[in-house]
Amino acid sequence: MAHVPNPRPTGDFRVSYAADRTLFKTKNETYFVIGGILLVALAPLFFGGYVLSQLILIGIYAIAALGLNVLTGMTGQISLGHGAFFGFGAFASAWIAGNGIPVMLAIPLAGMMTMAVGMIFGIPAARLKGLYLAIATLASQYILQDFFARADWFTGGTYGSLAETASFFGYALDSDASYLYLVLFWVIVSFVGVANLARTRDGRALVAVRDHYLSAEIMGINLTKYRILSFGISSFFAGIGGALYGHYLGFVSAEGFTILLSIEFLAMIIIGGLGSVSGSLLGAAFILLLPQAMEIFANAVATVVPAIAQGTAYIKQMSVGAAIILFLVLEPEGLVHRWRMMRASWKLYPFSH
Amino acid sequence: MADHDNTLLRVDGVSLRFGGVKALSDVNFDVRKGELFSLIGPNGAGKTSMLNCISGRYRPTEGKIEWRGNDLLKHSINDRANLGIGRTFQNLALFSHMSVLDNILVGRHHRLKNNFLTGMAYWVGGARREELNERRYVETIIDFLEIQHVRNESAGILSYGLRKRVELARAMAIEPELILLDEPMAGMNLEEKEDMARFILALREEFAMTIMMIEHDMGVVVDLSDRVAVLDFGRVIAAGQPEDVLADEHVKKAYLGEDDEMLHALAEEQERASA
Repeated sequence: MAHVPNPRPTGDFRVSYAADRTLFKTKNETYFVIGGILLVALAPLFFGGYVLSQLILIGIYAIAALGLNVLTGMTGQISLGHGAFFGFGAFASAWIAGNGIPVMLAIPLAGMMTMAVGMIFGIPAARLKGLYLAIATLASQYILQDFFARADWFTGGTYGSLAETASFFGYALDSDASYLYLVLFWVIVSFVGVANLARTRDGRALVAVRDHYLSAEIMGINLTKYRILSFGISSFFAGIGGALYGHYLGFVSAEGFTILLSIEFLAMIIIGGLGSVSGSLLGAAFILLLPQAMEIFANAVATVVPAIAQGTAYIKQMSVGAAIILFLVLEPEGLVHRWRMMRASWKLYPFSH
Repeated sequence: MADHDNTLLRVDGVSLRFGGVKALSDVNFDVRKGELFSLIGPNGAGKTSMLNCISGRYRPTEGKIEWRGNDLLKHSINDRANLGIGRTFQNLALFSHMSVLDNILVGRHHRLKNNFLTGMAYWVGGARREELNERRYVETIIDFLEIQHVRNESAGILSYGLRKRVELARAMAIEPELILLDEPMAGMNLEEKEDMARFILALREEFAMTIMMIEHDMGVVVDLSDRVAVLDFGRVIAAGQPEDVLADEHVKKAYLGEDDEMLHALAEEQERASA
């Protein structure tokens, strides 16, 4: 594990325990986050549909990736079924809203339903670890996919189901600009929630289970409880993300929630930084924007070298793959780690420590 | 073994078998409140197996272990902290990606009440107040063990001696009545050993803990312990005051490997059992 120097500037001493356990490590970090939130909140004034839709999707995927990061990053349990839980949340919310409950309530309710389902599928974690658990979660992916196709009453079967438009006190959130605020709200709630979790009792227990389960147990941590709870928390955020996704598109169909999506979520947290809260957001943005950046790149190459104009689609796919591989080789600890090292280097410049 | 009102832990006829291998056979001893009890013996004698039986990792094939007169074996491993039993491990078992501070805070797990919901809400529901209160106690341990300078470092990057100390800190955070130390001095230089010996004595004096320790360094064992039990081939071959026990012929031979009828018999029995 690489050592990251303390990010606090010289002279920034904490004289109370409260000051030492703040959500953000430095003042600049606080300003940075608040600035980021304000920028996103002001985005509808300056940008059109495309940028807004990208922001919304990044937010939605980031919430789900955050959930997976609790499970895989914090607790160390690999899940290959996260995409199915994401899908379950989408269907659940559409179903709840279809039964006359306002969408604003349906989203958290769908999160709780997904949490319950996730905990049921997490029961094997009481006995299985590592690769064996990964295969068990693969089973949950297939079982849920099959359920989506068959449970007509719940998912509309092969036709899919309609998800109602969200509305806020009678004001319909039917535009990208208005939906962005709903997603932003849930992003803030989720990320602050998990950041808080990480600095309190149960979050420490999850990490303890990952790092050394034998000594965690002697410290009074019930392994089975926390392994299953971790599935629950993770599925809750998958469900919230899925619900937001469903109501954003207005239509939910089973095709999107395959193992490919599950693996994409894994890629997001590995690239963003395992176990890191902000890494989930960075990873989601990276995985979502990389193919588009690579498309621009491939098209630019094609204008310079017209001979390959036919193959831009392949070039795009290959560059996405190459970027991910390069990333894992050069920065195995994720974007968050790169960012911390950069910050440390300009803080400490011209010294190395 | 005579009954003592202040008996904290009583091990009564404990045997442990792994298939044909007898790791422990008919082990008896008791640990009294406030004493420093050492379990010694050559490598492979079953000391750590015994400790694992007490801490719940292994379940004895036969025999009883009583904690303050109640059956300890019916409790699960994660109950041990609540009952007042803490332990350290022979090979380091820290949460290596957590900071030293968080490692020690995990020791407070059973005393904290906030859960994942109140934890996420942090500012509402009292999690913040509770966490900051616990920090106070953790800081007294940090001061006591002189690890202030590494409190924000990841446990995994520390030197061996410091990691041993953090492990002790984490076990202390449980505020156990009985603390089980599995080779607290292993792999340390003289200075680190002296520090550790000082801490162990202070555990008893200042923190009122009873200590049961496995240790190979005989100097340390004789200097610190009130009573000693010697295990060899899974049996207690001697028990009592450290000076008397080390003067025992069987013990000398167990360590020096000389011919001894009793040890011969034990070794043969072991072979028969594993055959």
